[in-house]
Amino acid sequence: MSNYDKHYEVVVVGGGPAGLAAAYSACQNGAKKVLIIERDREVGGILNQCVHNGFGLHYFKEELTGPEYAGRFADMVKGTCADILVDTMVLEITPDKIVKCASQQHGYLAIKADAVVLCMGCRERTRGAIEIPGDRSAGVLTAGTAQRYVNMEGYMPGKKVVILGSGDIGLIMARRMTLEGAKVLAVVELSPYSNGLNRNIVQCLNDYDIPLYLSHTITNIVGKTRVEKVVISEVDGFTPIPGTEIEFECDTVLLSVGLIPENEISIRAGVTIDPRTRGAVVYENMQTSMEGVFASGNVVHVHDLVDFVTGESIRAGAAAAEFALGKRIGGRVIDVVTKPGVNYTVPQKIRPDNIEKSVDIFFRTNKVRGNSIIRVTSDGAKVAEFKREHMAPGEMEKITIPKVLLDRCGDSIEIVVEDA
Amino acid sequence: MKELICIVCPKGCHLKVDENDNYSVTGNDCPRGAEYGKKELTAPTRMITSTVKVRGGLYSRCPVKTAAPIPKGLIFEAMKLLDNVELQAPVRVGDVVVEDICGTGIAFIAARNL
Repeated sequence: MSNYDKHYEVVVVGGGPAGLAAAYSACQNGAKKVLIIERDREVGGILNQCVHNGFGLHYFKEELTGPEYAGRFADMVKGTCADILVDTMVLEITPDKIVKCASQQHGYLAIKADAVVLCMGCRERTRGAIEIPGDRSAGVLTAGTAQRYVNMEGYMPGKKVVILGSGDIGLIMARRMTLEGAKVLAVVELSPYSNGLNRNIVQCLNDYDIPLYLSHTITNIVGKTRVEKVVISEVDGFTPIPGTEIEFECDTVLLSVGLIPENEISIRAGVTIDPRTRGAVVYENMQTSMEGVFASGNVVHVHDLVDFVTGESIRAGAAAAEFALGKRIGGRVIDVVTKPGVNYTVPQKIRPDNIEKSVDIFFRTNKVRGNSIIRVTSDGAKVAEFKREHMAPGEMEKITIPKVLLDRCGDSIEIVVEDA
Repeated sequence: MKELICIVCPKGCHLKVDENDNYSVTGNDCPRGAEYGKKELTAPTRMITSTVKVRGGLYSRCPVKTAAPIPKGLIFEAMKLLDNVELQAPVRVGDVVVEDICGTGIAFIAARNL
């Protein structure tokens, strides 16, 4: 299945859900030569290990498991012009868009691209990234690694488990380990609220009576060779409170403590990175600061739902195809400025000339909120207002601003979230 | 009045279900939420996803799912049915893996090609 040429109109780096959708869309939008480069043995990315269901409700209008969602997109891409290189790692993208890679089958490759879409996704933060104190015992692994072991490779990582972090992967793995016969003693969350979807608290923790310790963190891991015991403490902000320690005898610690967009290639290529998202700064069509280089999916910002990754990647793939076929976009640029209550936005820059009817702006708020108002202003004047009954950092927000309103804005728009 | 979080889709609507008014549901964004609210308080069900052993495939586990939601109380019994299943590749998505889960008439089916 690994065929390749020396020149492509669109090269997509990564064959996960973002890459598959971007390649599919590039083909649908007129590109005749499209290549997906994937480092794993097959396309589909992390979806292949996400055997739970809940994917595809927006895009396919039905509820699928991860492998089913990936399989459908892989089949859709098979019906297009796109070539796929698997077992191939992109090492570097040069300023003139030579994509250098190392392939299991073909050795070193240098492929010329007219346009590139960066779809490398993200990776998990590790124990080292959050500096958990204690012994360096075996049995401490990220939730996603455990997920791959259990769901694809057929290994059970442990029997008595404490999970740190209540992001969706942590919650999903709490249920998965329980179903496979492990005892999950606790899910421990530093924040006073969970960072996972509410439905996952209900169907992964409550259904199985797994306790969730909010405002707690792991303050010690004990074990000479294998993990034997974990100590958790209540926290005041980020500071453990002495005297609140609880001990759990366990053999495994799973970490679900955040994801980092995987942008080493982007940074080396010279793409501007937004320190808030740790992904590329993008325009309304998902182009990065490098002309002809686009980015979409979790490599831009971490999404909750793969359907939104697909939507974003379809726009990125279409824009990459248009660029490869000669379309250039000019006109003025509006900067999207985040104000209190808004952690980041995607896109960060909007060119009104490239907007047909409206632009969708995605963002996350900074805390759990009840009735709230999202205000969009420009030069101090109101542009738009949106009401929400409930907002949380774990739930990505979307607002849609019509072109007619954008055309009236100055060189920046500000977005703020306030209590109603 | 009972408060629930809808688990039908990732949106997670905050539902209010009135047990004294034929389980009427408010707070739902779609009709599926109303159905869920009533069912959750009368006969709760869940989709179960897991994996089974497979020989000759790219990986040693094949993902499976229940073809429809099964009663919540049968989850662990259903899981036991998968312990001794061994598939031989090639497997096609939708292939029946276990025909009838505990007399429900609902099957476990394969969730990928392998």
